[in-house]
Amino acid sequence: MSRIVAAGQGLVDWVDERFPLVSTWKYHMSEYYAPKNFNFWYYFGSLAMIVLVLQIVTGIFLTMNYKPDALTAFGSVEYIMRDVSGGWFIRYMHSTGASMFFVVVYLHMMRALLYGSYRKPRELLWIFGCMIYLALMAEAFMGYLLPWGQMSYWGAQVIVNLFSSVPFIGPELSVWIRGDFLVSDATLNRFFALHVIALPLVLVGLVFLHLVALHEVGSNNPDGIEIKKNKDPVTGKPVDGIPFFPYYIVKDLIGIVVFFMVFFAILFFGPEMGGYFLEYNNFLPADPLQTPAHIAPVWYFTPFYAMLRAVPAMFGSQFAGVAVMGAGVIILFFLPWLDRSPVKSIRYKGPIFRSALAIFVVSFLVLGYLGVATTDVWGKMPEILPIIGGIEVATIVSRVLTIAYFAFFLAMPWYSRIDKCKPEPERLT
Amino acid sequence: MSKSPSMTAPVVGNTSGGSFTPAAPGAEMPQRRKLLLAATSAVGAAGAAAAAAPFLASWFPSERAKAAGAPVDVDVSAIEPGMLLRAEWRGQPVWVVRRTPEMLATLDAVKPKLADPESKAPQQPDYAANATRSIKPEMLVLLGICTHLGCSPTDRLAPAEGWAGGFYCPCHGSVFDLAGRVFAGMPAPTNLVVPPYKYLNDTRLRIGDDSKGA
Repeated sequence: MSRIVAAGQGLVDWVDERFPLVSTWKYHMSEYYAPKNFNFWYYFGSLAMIVLVLQIVTGIFLTMNYKPDALTAFGSVEYIMRDVSGGWFIRYMHSTGASMFFVVVYLHMMRALLYGSYRKPRELLWIFGCMIYLALMAEAFMGYLLPWGQMSYWGAQVIVNLFSSVPFIGPELSVWIRGDFLVSDATLNRFFALHVIALPLVLVGLVFLHLVALHEVGSNNPDGIEIKKNKDPVTGKPVDGIPFFPYYIVKDLIGIVVFFMVFFAILFFGPEMGGYFLEYNNFLPADPLQTPAHIAPVWYFTPFYAMLRAVPAMFGSQFAGVAVMGAGVIILFFLPWLDRSPVKSIRYKGPIFRSALAIFVVSFLVLGYLGVATTDVWGKMPEILPIIGGIEVATIVSRVLTIAYFAFFLAMPWYSRIDKCKPEPERLT
Repeated sequence: MSKSPSMTAPVVGNTSGGSFTPAAPGAEMPQRRKLLLAATSAVGAAGAAAAAAPFLASWFPSERAKAAGAPVDVDVSAIEPGMLLRAEWRGQPVWVVRRTPEMLATLDAVKPKLADPESKAPQQPDYAANATRSIKPEMLVLLGICTHLGCSPTDRLAPAEGWAGGFYCPCHGSVFDLAGRVFAGMPAPTNLVVPPYKYLNDTRLRIGDDSKGA
């Protein structure tokens, strides 16, 4: 036995002389000290990584039977679903995984909002995260075209046409993106290339940078105070930290098990999630002559889509709506510099910030709902009202909530400063 | 070799005694080396840009895609009054509607509610820039693509509550009248496009070609 141990040690030593194996393990795992008070919200980072791996593996297997060709794409997906052994399982894992990716990423971002994880010194960490979110949106959008169903086609048509509203170069730009004058085989082919190789490389690279930045500055925690400020004078290790391996590996494993229970429940019992994960119209082949009666993007884009619809055409151009939608995503990048509160965590922030965050979350969720619904979902305002009389209620609500969404960010430098915060504790609670 | 004027303080890259002395950190670079670095970088950047051009160009429509735009002929004799025929031109839907006198009468009535009632924006050929946006008053020819974000609107030709009929885009709720003119305050900024077309004879319509003669 001891000889086997010795041989193992010898192998590790041999590698270590040629590659920083042990030091890397220590730096990122066994001696990476994370705050001891992580809670439920801290599962979603590791879950996002698991889903990324899941998407890459299932994606690789899907490409083995999928055909990126406008004539055969729809049929090849149905072939995977019906004729390939285990094909339905791989395909539903990939399509459910796309939605679950956004579920965990949205919760992961919510955690950052709650505990101020974007604040100094984690600005770059946050920015890498926002870039991951952007790349993920592009990845999901391009992936949705590949089955070449009705929603694939018309969704891509609408989103690519967003670019045609860019002043001056717009129409040329959208033709350049499509590679044709309408969404066609050329579009499908290039989206396939971007979806299966270019963007996954970008995503994996960004996740790597996200982790490097995280391990450089250390994890935030629900109290929003720095554990590195309180180190044991003898060992030099944070008093309130515990090593990531084994403690948080074990914690994350629990999260992964629970996640997979939810994931497979959806996969086996409702992989289309009532039309929210896979829209029913997408089981019809793309028809360039006929838009389905009701089109909406997949749920994870709908808050921004509702913003797009809320903004009326201005100066004979729909660019204002497109700009508002884009700004809704881009404004996230500036969050570290908008929050001027003396404390990081919601636990010690005052009533104004808490209310603002609550309004923001409600706005985002209701906008998400309105983005799925038709514009006439709530009927029209009574004609007798001045100005707003006769306008769809949903449109008015979308406009108000879009303003609330942006006010959360743009007014933050002001309200976060005047808020009555509680004092932060010296140690983790 | 002439010495550049700034090469006074640290002698960088000196090869005396055959050994190379690297520049001390923060030491100023000699002028000549700066110039060489800048020149090399500029040439490298130009080369990279030149190499990128064919990759970017490959995203434009191919010659085959550009060629696939032939006009289509439509027989309009079978269209009943008040009915719509859907044709395909360049992969896009083209509607041909034979409007009834009642439908044509609505065109004047809705004018105050339209964004561009006189069709001033160049969304149609000159010969369709009239009150009915068509060559023959009753025959409407429209590209069935919403000017907002490219969905294909649904035809609702029959009058409905508070609406004389027209086209409704399911994607973002834009409403158009029976000449494809957009109502004011809609997401769509302009009227629907009238494609170039001409009559070959009384019943045959050519979409995508309005050249005179033959």
